[in-house]
Order: sequence, then structure tokens, then C-alpha cells
Amino acid sequence: MIRSEILKEIAPILNPHLVVCNIGLPSQELHMIDDNERNFYMLGTMGLSSSIGFGLALAQDKPVISIDGDGSVLTNLGTLPTIANNATGNYTLLIIDNGSYGSTGDQPTYAGMKTNLTDVARACGCENVIEVQDKDLGPILQQAIDSDEMTIIVCKCDSGNIKLPVITLDPVVIRHRFMEAVKA
Amino acid sequence: MNIDKKIVDDLVANDVSFVTTVPCKQLAGVIEEVDARENIFHIPSNKEDEGMGLCAGAFMGGKRPAIIMQNTAIGVTINTLATLTQFYRMPLPMIISYRGELREPVACQVEMAVHTKALLAQLNIPTYHFHWQDDVKELDNILKYTFMCNKPVAILTDANFWGGYGDQ
Ligand SMILES: Cc1ncc(C[n+]2csc(CCOP(=O)(O)OP(=O)(O)O)c2C)c(N)n1
Ligand SMILES: [Mg+2]
Repeated sequence: MIRSEILKEIAPILNPHLVVCNIGLPSQELHMIDDNERNFYMLGTMGLSSSIGFGLALAQDKPVISIDGDGSVLTNLGTLPTIANNATGNYTLLIIDNGSYGSTGDQPTYAGMKTNLTDVARACGCENVIEVQDKDLGPILQQAIDSDEMTIIVCKCDSGNIKLPVITLDPVVIRHRFMEAVKA
Repeated sequence: MNIDKKIVDDLVANDVSFVTTVPCKQLAGVIEEVDARENIFHIPSNKEDEGMGLCAGAFMGGKRPAIIMQNTAIGVTINTLATLTQFYRMPLPMIISYRGELREPVACQVEMAVHTKALLAQLNIPTYHFHWQDDVKELDNILKYTFMCNKPVAILTDANFWGGYGDQ
């Protein structure tokens, strides 16, 4: 499966929850599949989906899911020790590991070569790291959200993208409606 | 006056309850003070852009954030300041140790010091420079201003402000 197929499948699981979504195609795909005020779309700042979602999870009690990418986690690897050492049960980090920088044309990342992000997350001190194949993600994600333990999911999948328009929502609108959803 | 305590008192008085830090020798005391306060959640970050991401999330979660870092980190965080903090219009007080200024003993620090104000000006980031201990009196107003306008705001604190770096 490619990322857009995965997002289609898990959209109903994500829908009731606060979601911080990675820059580029992941956000464009989520926006197309199920745009709602509980989605925070990153329009820039590659690498910070996990940090933004984690800060949000620490600041309030609702479940938060960060959708991240292998390339973005590699660019902000320092995030994993921070998350590990300040774990909060309402946080789930979903790394869609397609082994490539998808949004920029599927150039290979080191996660698709010798580097194993599941092992990296564990070595950083994350206690609950699950590696899962794309087709099996749904139930694992649901369990992670429902459980009181913080979970890092590394979802292995194929590279590949669909053609999509960019998001034209104003960032302040995205942020405002998201904050209203946080408070609701 | 204990400036570490005064700075953290002002943060608390302005409802700042989520603080991320990356250390600098000049900031050791204020970081220790932040860590000791029960009404502040202190989360050290590994890199300052990561810290700004945490602060953005905390802000959207209803907390007032702040970051404490060295001026060299301006070189690390320009993309984040522009595409996250400013683009989504979020407040972020940045208490910054201004290394490489008067009374600096480490020559390399001067290399980023000479760019610091120019970079902040280029980003249209309101910038304040604390050089004398008394300048800290402005902090309360600066924090109120930051959360009024929802912008990142820089507070540069040099070695003279902290009482000297190499010769104290
Ligand atoms: C600092 C910076 N460098 C490069 C880019 C270009 N860029 C945008 S998205 C992206 C790929 C992200 O890859 P990954 O996190 O694996 O997500 P995927 O698209 O594969 O799901 C890149 C390189 C950027 N936006 N910012
Ligand atoms: Mg990828």
C-alpha cells in the first residue's frame, strides 16, 4: 500500500481525534480524504510534526496523533529522546515509513536502507514501539489511541504518490479552528 | 536582585507554564530556576527548532510557552520561526543568551553575535537587548506584548547583564 491508501483506511479511526499531519503530500491527502477542524496541517517546517503533536499532548488531556514520515523523523531525530523521556499516555506517533522522501519525488531515505527506525526509537528510550505492515495498521492504531500508554508506530509501506492540489487554507484559519477543536 | 529568580517570577506571573530549554553557560541559573518551579513544565529539547515545535503544540493546547536558548540557535531556527511560529501566528517569548558581545571570552561566539540582530531584524522579530541588570524590569512588559501580538519576540541577554562571563 502507498501512503494515500493507508490514510484512506485509517481516516475513520483518526476522525474523532486531534491529528497533527506532516508537511506536503501527507497533509494534502488527509485534507482531501477527511478535512475537519481536528486536523492540523503542516504547510512547512519539515521534521516538527512529532514535536508539535507532543507539545499538544503534554499541554492537554485529549488523545493526539502525530502523522510523521521517515524522512521527517530522520531530519529531527532529537525528537525521539525527548518523547521517550517525557512520555505521556495520550500521545501516539505514527511514522509512515515508505523508505523515501515522498513529497519531493520519492528519493530514498536511509530508513529504507540500513537504518531501522523501530530500533532507533527503542534505542532512544521509547518503551512501546510497534512495527507494523501497512495492511495491518488499523487495529494497531486504534489500540494505541485507546491505551493509556504512549505508542510509537512504524508503519512500513510502499513508496508512491497520487497527484493532488496544494492546501490553500490560510494557516491562521487552520490553527484557529484546530484550537477551537482542542477546547471543544 | 537575583535575576534568575526575577525572570522566572515574571514568566509565572504571565501564566507561562511550558518552558523548553537548550543550555548555555550564562543560562545555567535561570534553567535551574525554571526546573525547580512547580507551576512550570520544563522540557529540555535537543535542538531549538524541535523546542519551537513543542512550544507551538503547547500553545495550541492552551498553555503559554517560552523558549530559553543561546543566540547561536537563531541560525538553527530561522525556517521554524518563519514557517511555523510566524506563519501560523503564534506567540513565543525567546529568552536568549547573547554570546559574543562585550565581556565575551570565546572568540567563536562573536561570529554569530555579529549576525544575530541583523537576522532578527530581517525576520521582523521584535528584539530587546538586556545589557544592565536593571533592564530586566522590562521583561514583564515584553511578555505581555508577546502574548498580545502573537509573535515570536527576542530578548537578548548579554554577558554584562549576567554579571560577566569569564571574570565573575
Ligand atoms: C528543511 C526542508 N528541507 C527539505 C524540504 C522538502 N521536503 C518537503 S516534504 C519532504 C519529504 C518528507 O519525507 P517524509 O517525511 O518521509 O514524508 P513522505 O512524503 O515520504 O510521506 C521534503 C524533503 C523541506 N520542506 N524543508
Ligand atoms: Mg517517507
